[in-house]
Amino acid sequence: MQPILKLQDIDKSFPSVKALNRASLNVYCGKVMALVGENGAGKSTMMKVLTGIYQPDAGLIEYQGTAVQFRGPKDSQDQGISIIHQELNLIQELSIAENIFLGREPTRYGKIQWQQLYADVEKLLQRLNIKHHPRTRLGNLSIGEQQMVEIAKALSFQSKVIIMDEPTDALTDTETDSLFQVIQQLREQGQGIVYISHRLKEIFRICDDVTIFRDGEFIEQTPVADLTEDLIIEKMVGRSLDDQFPQVDLELGEVCLQVNNLCGNGVVDASFSLRSGEILGFSGLMGAGRTELMKLIYGDAQIRSGEVILNGQTLNLRSPKDALTAGISYVSEDRKADGLVLSMSVKENMSLSSLAEFCTSSGRIEHRKEKQAVQKFIDLFRIKTPGQNQIIKNLSGGNQQKVAIAKGVMKQPKVLILDEPTRGVDVGARQEIYQLINRFRRDGMAIILVSSDMPEILGMSDRIVVMCMGKLSGEFSREQANQELLMAAAVGKKAEELA
Amino acid sequence: MTTNSATTKIATQNQDTEIKLFSKAWLFQEKSLIALLLLIAVVSFISPNFFSVDNMLNTLRQTSVNAIIAVGMTMVIITAGIDLSVGAVLALSGAFAASLIAQEVNVVLAVIITLFSGLVLGAMSGVIVAQGKVQPFIATLVTMTALRGVTMVFTDGRPISTGYTENADMFSWLGTGYLLGVPVPVWIMVSIFAIGWYLLNHTRTGRHIYALGGNEDATRLSGINVNRIKIIVYSLCGLTAAIASIIITARLSSAQPTAGLGYELDAIAAVVLGGTSLMGGRGRIMGTLIGALIIGFLNNALNLLDVSSYYQMLAKASVILLAVIVDNRNK
Repeated sequence: MQPILKLQDIDKSFPSVKALNRASLNVYCGKVMALVGENGAGKSTMMKVLTGIYQPDAGLIEYQGTAVQFRGPKDSQDQGISIIHQELNLIQELSIAENIFLGREPTRYGKIQWQQLYADVEKLLQRLNIKHHPRTRLGNLSIGEQQMVEIAKALSFQSKVIIMDEPTDALTDTETDSLFQVIQQLREQGQGIVYISHRLKEIFRICDDVTIFRDGEFIEQTPVADLTEDLIIEKMVGRSLDDQFPQVDLELGEVCLQVNNLCGNGVVDASFSLRSGEILGFSGLMGAGRTELMKLIYGDAQIRSGEVILNGQTLNLRSPKDALTAGISYVSEDRKADGLVLSMSVKENMSLSSLAEFCTSSGRIEHRKEKQAVQKFIDLFRIKTPGQNQIIKNLSGGNQQKVAIAKGVMKQPKVLILDEPTRGVDVGARQEIYQLINRFRRDGMAIILVSSDMPEILGMSDRIVVMCMGKLSGEFSREQANQELLMAAAVGKKAEELA
Repeated sequence: MTTNSATTKIATQNQDTEIKLFSKAWLFQEKSLIALLLLIAVVSFISPNFFSVDNMLNTLRQTSVNAIIAVGMTMVIITAGIDLSVGAVLALSGAFAASLIAQEVNVVLAVIITLFSGLVLGAMSGVIVAQGKVQPFIATLVTMTALRGVTMVFTDGRPISTGYTENADMFSWLGTGYLLGVPVPVWIMVSIFAIGWYLLNHTRTGRHIYALGGNEDATRLSGINVNRIKIIVYSLCGLTAAIASIIITARLSSAQPTAGLGYELDAIAAVVLGGTSLMGGRGRIMGTLIGALIIGFLNNALNLLDVSSYYQMLAKASVILLAVIVDNRNK
């Protein structure tokens, strides 16, 4: 059977990373192709290549038997390829109907033909079992219903190929069922579907074939009937750990941080403990609630119930300031959004949390003291910058990240929370960051390492906690843990099933 | 691609501390200063009365009110905020000052009370912005409208005279007097700029003000109480408006209920001319001084050249537009 859409040997590189390396994907008429892989395996990049947002560095895209080049999302859409993104691309203040036909409303002499518009949308909504009037304001719908509207929009294009990126993330079970009915219909009508999901159960329910990506590479394409969940997991993570992780064996200290039944910010009943000198890894898929839990511990989100105990003292956390004062530092996962002040210099960023230490009681900054302290960290962290006064925006990602970590460490915390410390960091700087982390623990700091990078978490942690949908779904010692176990816990497979 | 790398290069040079004097980057950074000097040079050439000690000091004195308010405004704008209420704060605290002096309250005490009232009136805007999470534009529009109303109620819509007492004479020295041959308001202006410069560049609060404007989330996550900083900047902005109100009230020996109309816009113009970004995080207090002086000297020059005040507005508008376009072009 000939695929309607065929991407072959696609290469795509970004300044510090090769996102796709000879990756391939086939879409067949009347079939549902699952695309699976870890975070960062290259699925999203592949979709962006497919819809023309990115141009591939090398490789071939064949659509309906001829080689094509999509100039952008509009171009690919015009040719019959629709994508339903994970994030919603809808306008809250417009009605359902206006959203679905935005920019292509049926008009006559420039006047919108509302009757026709509503009738068309009504038909679409019925097909998807959405019980809302087309004139309902989108903002009044639940997130799941909005997702269904997004799907209705894709259907309205009469596309030949429809890509769904984690479509059921926000859906309830009933909504998922009606989505699957629609997928069934589309398949019978001969449309080609790409279904991206972390939920392996769904893949067995709805898909015909599975394409597996790992580290930007195509691993295999297999009929779903020839696979089991365990086999898929193994193939998704199946790579050996190289020795890029300098392991240090240490006597762990006393319990330093104790978290009891913490709830709030989407986190349900989280309990764990941490010893000084220990690295505790937090694994899980995106949106599993890891960052949300860390923000609770850091005082940046409202704790609904439960307690955080540091060195025997129950903390009253109302703001990050409270956490910092108590001895908890947090290095955010997105240094551009909330980690650094990009318009400020290296020095100003690094000393931001601990500025009080370089000030007289009247609040005057002692510039010399500040400069000395910053220089110490620039040397220790080997931060490559022309000077302390360089605006941080001009540094490379790795060096920016080092400044962000230095900011947290300068405060001399007892607990250091590192949220995705190596995201967007090149290999060399990564290595240096790992060495720094080991150095901190030798100094008796307790470290929480949140990471979506499996080898990193397995290589660095003494103990690993896995989260899934706001809950802790597994805890493993370094000896127990392996990629298959972590992935299984991350997708919510029960512990009994694993044994 | 080549243009892209060229701009990055300029940007990098620009952000280094040691910029060579008279280099291209230096000229760009100091463009408002150059514009000011150019303005003075050209007008001196055209009008012989312009470049005299008397006219210079006079212009500085006239500029002082706007320049002082612009110091507070600079701080607010660096935090990515805006304060529309300064003119209204000026009117109300001026009315307080005049009535205190008229009741023969000791000058020092009256000044302290007036300054404190400005601080509190500004803090009101700050609390609405910080605690109420209201956009600064709306929050200060509200306080502006409310304070204008309060001023009308307080003054009954009539000017308040400071009276003809010895006390009032002492008070009027703050607006009309001279110290070492320089008008008192100019001394006040210079001190306020010195304090503002010190605060922004050499204190923790100043660093936090820049950080807040650059990235509020990152600032909060760095353990800084951002609400406190917001309340501080709006309070200080109210304080500078109160200082300006003392100069005006002292000079006129009375408080006008409609004093300070449109002053917020002049202050914003001075800040923007000085190169401070309305997006926040970036700006220099000395730039604001230059911006205020450009507006002041431009007005003075056009007066000397006998240009009608109607055209003066057009000239001011053109200068501001030009400054902003040049600034954006080179970003």
